[in-house]
Amino acid sequence: MADLFEGYRPATTLGTPAWDEMFDAEGSVRPAARELHDALQALSPDEFEERAAARDRAFRDRGITFQLSGEERPWPLDPVPRVIPEDEWRVLEAGVVQRVRALEAFLADLYGAGRILDDRVVPRRLVTTSAHMHRAAWGVDPPNGARIQVAGIDVVRDADGRFRVLEDNIRCPSGIGYVVENRRMMARTFPELFAIHRVLPVASYPARLLEALRAAAPAGVSDPNVVVLTPGVFNSAYFEHSFLARQMGVELVEGRDLFCRNDVVYMRTTSGRQRVDVVYRRVDDDFLDPLHFRPDSLVGVAGILNAARAGNVAIANAVGNGVADDKLAYTYVPDMIRYYLGEEPILPNVDTYRLEDPEQLAHVLDHLDELVLKPVAGSGGYGIIIGPQAGDEELAVARRAVAADPRAWIAQVPVSLSTAPTDVGGGRLAPRHLDLRPFAVHDGTSVWVVPGGLTRVALPEGGMVVNSSQGGGSKDTWVTMGDAPAPRARALAARPLPPAPAIDPGPGAGDDQPQQQQQQQQQPPPC
Amino acid sequence: MLSRIAESLYWLGRYVERADDTARILDVYVHQLLEGALVDEDLACRSLLATMGATPPAAGRALDVRWVTERLAYDEAGTCSIAASLAAARTNARGVAEAISSELWEALNSTYNALPAQVAQGRAGGPSSFFRFVRERSAVIAGLAEHTMSHDDAWRFLVIGRSLERVDMLSRLLTTGLEVLDDEQVEWVVLLRSCSAHEAYLRTYRREVEPALAAQFLVLDRLFPRSILRALTEAERCLGELDPSPSRAGVTDEARREVGRVRTDLEYGDPALLVGDLGAQLRVVQRACSAASAALAERYFRSGAAVVWSGGEPVASDRAGVAP
Repeated sequence: MADLFEGYRPATTLGTPAWDEMFDAEGSVRPAARELHDALQALSPDEFEERAAARDRAFRDRGITFQLSGEERPWPLDPVPRVIPEDEWRVLEAGVVQRVRALEAFLADLYGAGRILDDRVVPRRLVTTSAHMHRAAWGVDPPNGARIQVAGIDVVRDADGRFRVLEDNIRCPSGIGYVVENRRMMARTFPELFAIHRVLPVASYPARLLEALRAAAPAGVSDPNVVVLTPGVFNSAYFEHSFLARQMGVELVEGRDLFCRNDVVYMRTTSGRQRVDVVYRRVDDDFLDPLHFRPDSLVGVAGILNAARAGNVAIANAVGNGVADDKLAYTYVPDMIRYYLGEEPILPNVDTYRLEDPEQLAHVLDHLDELVLKPVAGSGGYGIIIGPQAGDEELAVARRAVAADPRAWIAQVPVSLSTAPTDVGGGRLAPRHLDLRPFAVHDGTSVWVVPGGLTRVALPEGGMVVNSSQGGGSKDTWVTMGDAPAPRARALAARPLPPAPAIDPGPGAGDDQPQQQQQQQQQPPPC
Repeated sequence: MLSRIAESLYWLGRYVERADDTARILDVYVHQLLEGALVDEDLACRSLLATMGATPPAAGRALDVRWVTERLAYDEAGTCSIAASLAAARTNARGVAEAISSELWEALNSTYNALPAQVAQGRAGGPSSFFRFVRERSAVIAGLAEHTMSHDDAWRFLVIGRSLERVDMLSRLLTTGLEVLDDEQVEWVVLLRSCSAHEAYLRTYRREVEPALAAQFLVLDRLFPRSILRALTEAERCLGELDPSPSRAGVTDEARREVGRVRTDLEYGDPALLVGDLGAQLRVVQRACSAASAALAERYFRSGAAVVWSGGEPVASDRAGVAP
């Protein structure tokens, strides 16, 4: 009988064999993925496809869709989860926490004394040339010291299986809604997989986020009014905004629902204006406040930044965070970790060239066909040039662009992203490249990381760009525990449950006499 | 709650009720036309279009059932069809998905997603399956709103929308019914049936359909959920709960005044005189409904015009509503 893994060949990309999440170099199944592999192997390709169809229907009905080339498609969740054993996860988690703490310290320093610039660990030029350094954000001091309520740190596994950070997202990282929905959908379409695994839950994220947002409230507000600010229903991440507002039980507002009077932010309600204390905004800095940034913004709130400066409202994530997460600042994060925390980075960066340095620039221009070029300000996977896969003409264009404006680009040594078995249609699995975005929540005192995160898959064969705007898919990401029973289960087993009263069966139940008598009254059917 | 959300919920209630009522009315009329050899098809179709507020094409072209079904049921681009109402309901729900229960949103969304297949099935195998689909989905949506949402202000706006739409549709139906039909018993049966009131009428009065009793039943019945009085009472109650502050004299809320006044007139009028004066009464009801809707918008939905920035200069502007 054909099974899903028939013809599964490990991928080699850019000359090196990629790390596969399920199979090791010899082709045998990794211990952590053993149960998953066996359970999937027991499924027939037909049944597998049937479940995939049920999943698409369910996503469509729940309105979890996204736009691809003008067409509304169900959210692309690959049915094969990615398994990360708990011991590996704990290392990754510690690395993410460390990184977020360093970035927090950097932002506080930058919008304050600027020690790290004086000490010449980070060049002043990096900051002053950044498009995301906002003078308007100066003097807006977060009451609990947190500027990065939510961070998404993109990591990849290199050919040796080591996690490396690819990118920090500390402005408005999106994707957490899909993490929770992916888990929910997997439990509905493949319940038997959950029966044989113990997966750390992700559903508590909205509660943690709400705590962090409440903690960010201006001083003296005991019961803060938190809102989620969305650009509107046509935004590609609208599903997530709506999801978070619903799960946190707070209002989802658009710019037109809010207004400022005397440096206080209000929302328009049916019972008049109501004060807003914390705005979890999913609107970019540029569009947030037409008074300070783009005056043509229709999705922002005029005056909100002044209200924040006056200490009457908290904006999360803070304005101006972008200065610390562009791709050039990224190259300095290991230095920030050493400088602020006195620790060695737990997660290494991908080896990166800073093109402002003439020597590095010259080297990069000579080796463009071996490197990956990324625009510093870009996001969403746009504008990335993968040297080994690019044609001569593309490289020539890139060479001119880099030479003209080196600050706008970085170059990286290509990382052969790890692969995992992925549904490629026709009831067949094949290796596809993936990355991982763990999400961290900072409430001012501690940083909490959702176990797992959003795994994104590049669906074209050999593809390395995983963004969903580029046709990427996603995987449910499982941090699996060993076999020790959970503490709660042990505690419950120790004491018997109290007996519950019997259920009232209702009148006449179990008494079939009337029915018998009625049947006796029936006439025999006419012949 | 947010004004924008209140407005969307109000229209959500209206659109779903509109789709439901239209399906019930069409179901009866279409099958009446198909069954009855004596009915003038063109005239009946034109009266139906008028009921729904659609402009019929110029006289000379004979209308038939198929054309009317296409126009009032399937045409998603039109303004008064079932498909368009359900699409509009879903659009409204989408902007307020976090304010309604996720089950309710899912019900609306899956209804919308199922429309193309249902329309195709209706075109191929007759519209009855489509009407049944719409009635059942409306019942599911209403039931989920009832049982999964808190009965708070959000829910009240939904119920107010639903109730006012029900009153509006019923009074439209009766108005055109009165104009086109001349008090023949059989036509009152059609009117009752298109409000799903025929069986309830028979159980209540236990006799054949008489114009006076039928009019009383559809307009004044206290217990039948699709009567005008009952729907007005529901709307009035919710409006009262929205604004619970008691004042020493009178009622400050204009929408509630409009609804309350017309409800009182109906409730305390002499039921025996109703059928003779039905046309005038219905016009009063319709006027009150649109006045109440406007008052709601004025008081709850537009608390301050939105500000639009153009070239650095703030410009006040009316914001685009979600109503058609």
